[in-house]
Amino acid sequence: MHQIHQEITVTVDGISYERAVEPRTLLVHFLREDLGKVGTVVGCDTSNCGACTVLVNGQSTKSCSMLAVQADGAEVTTIQGVSDGNEWHPVQSAFKECHGLQCGYCTPGMVMSSIDLLNENPNPSEEEIREGLEGNLCRCTGYHNIVKSVQRAAEMMEGAK
Amino acid sequence: MIPIAFDYKKATSVDEALAALAAGGEDAKILGGGQSLLPVLRLRLNAPSVVVDCSTIDELKGVCEDGNKVVVGAGTTHYDVIKNPMVNQSVSLLAKATASVADPQIRHRGTLGGALAHADPRADQPPVAIALDAEFSIAGPGGRRTVSAADFFIGPFETAVGPDEILVSVAFPKLDGWGSHYEKFNRTAQAWSIVGAAAAVRMDGGKIAEARIGLTNVGGTPHRATTVEQALVGASSIAEVEAACAHASDGLEAFADDDADVDYRTHLARVLTARAVAKAAGLS
Repeated sequence: MHQIHQEITVTVDGISYERAVEPRTLLVHFLREDLGKVGTVVGCDTSNCGACTVLVNGQSTKSCSMLAVQADGAEVTTIQGVSDGNEWHPVQSAFKECHGLQCGYCTPGMVMSSIDLLNENPNPSEEEIREGLEGNLCRCTGYHNIVKSVQRAAEMMEGAK
Repeated sequence: MIPIAFDYKKATSVDEALAALAAGGEDAKILGGGQSLLPVLRLRLNAPSVVVDCSTIDELKGVCEDGNKVVVGAGTTHYDVIKNPMVNQSVSLLAKATASVADPQIRHRGTLGGALAHADPRADQPPVAIALDAEFSIAGPGGRRTVSAADFFIGPFETAVGPDEILVSVAFPKLDGWGSHYEKFNRTAQAWSIVGAAAAVRMDGGKIAEARIGLTNVGGTPHRATTVEQALVGASSIAEVEAACAHASDGLEAFADDDADVDYRTHLARVLTARAVAKAAGLS
């Protein structure tokens, strides 16, 4: 008989949660089903699409490829934790301004990967943006405007300094 | 899909991990970064009785110097390997091959030891390990032992690491001043290599003095192209490099799959090896 639950403490979008989870629970299912963070979506079952990307201790991570028990003690940021109250994150604003989405399903992951990319490289070239978002797929193939959105976000974040 | 239920044991030291593996028996699985194991569990290709989480064992993380070697902890993430100054200075081939692995999210969590111990025939670091004669430190119930890269890779997804053992670190010889390049051929973003060629060369007076070549996904295990290494000595032009790299398919038993038939895979081995060597040598 397998152990049923494991206690974890995890901070998600600034709030600390103590929960008991089954060891086999994927982080993305924990976020969506236990915490109601349904902004983080599941796009594939193969670690391919990046729609479920969140930040774990500041680093972009596919939350379908991590167990919830592994997030014990970690700080997780989802798409629902990036805005400052009613003030959108510059990457969110730039995606709206440049129409960096069509159906919008890949957008939460695209935004999270873009935030990670710009944290690491505040002024990326077009090629660096395309490589930096390699782990995120857009089935609408709307990459052109996504790249423009990241470039615009970089300008906005530079201007805000 | 949701993985099948398993017991979970978080190990905080190598000894604890070994005890958990011994208690778990043959069905126990080690969890490192999880970027190979989690997809396997999700697709239910494996149903371990217990998962031993080694992802927070400090002893397995980081890079250190040991004489003329750079020792990388098995639990060091791809991201930390790529960013490490000592790796970039002395084992640049490893940094370059690692930078081509999958995508940023996977490089944040996936580990060098996990990628090597998983031994996917398409992986990017095994050809580096085989080319550079890396040494694998493996801990088991009877203590620690060292295995050479040539003896480490046994077959597809099979290595010298026993079910009751754990890969602790991998030592690479320092090759300061050598040129290096990893040339990978694939069709789409984040795809596995159809063939990949890892090359490190030491130049002397505009000529190649020494070369180390490893190929990935040309067989079940990474391939060391020793004939090419010997033929490259003295080469100083692209034409000479290409002539030497025509030997890249010597001794190869290339296979066919959906991406490439035997002829195409053999062709890629020659062409990619020549490109990797030319770039490593700074020839154009």
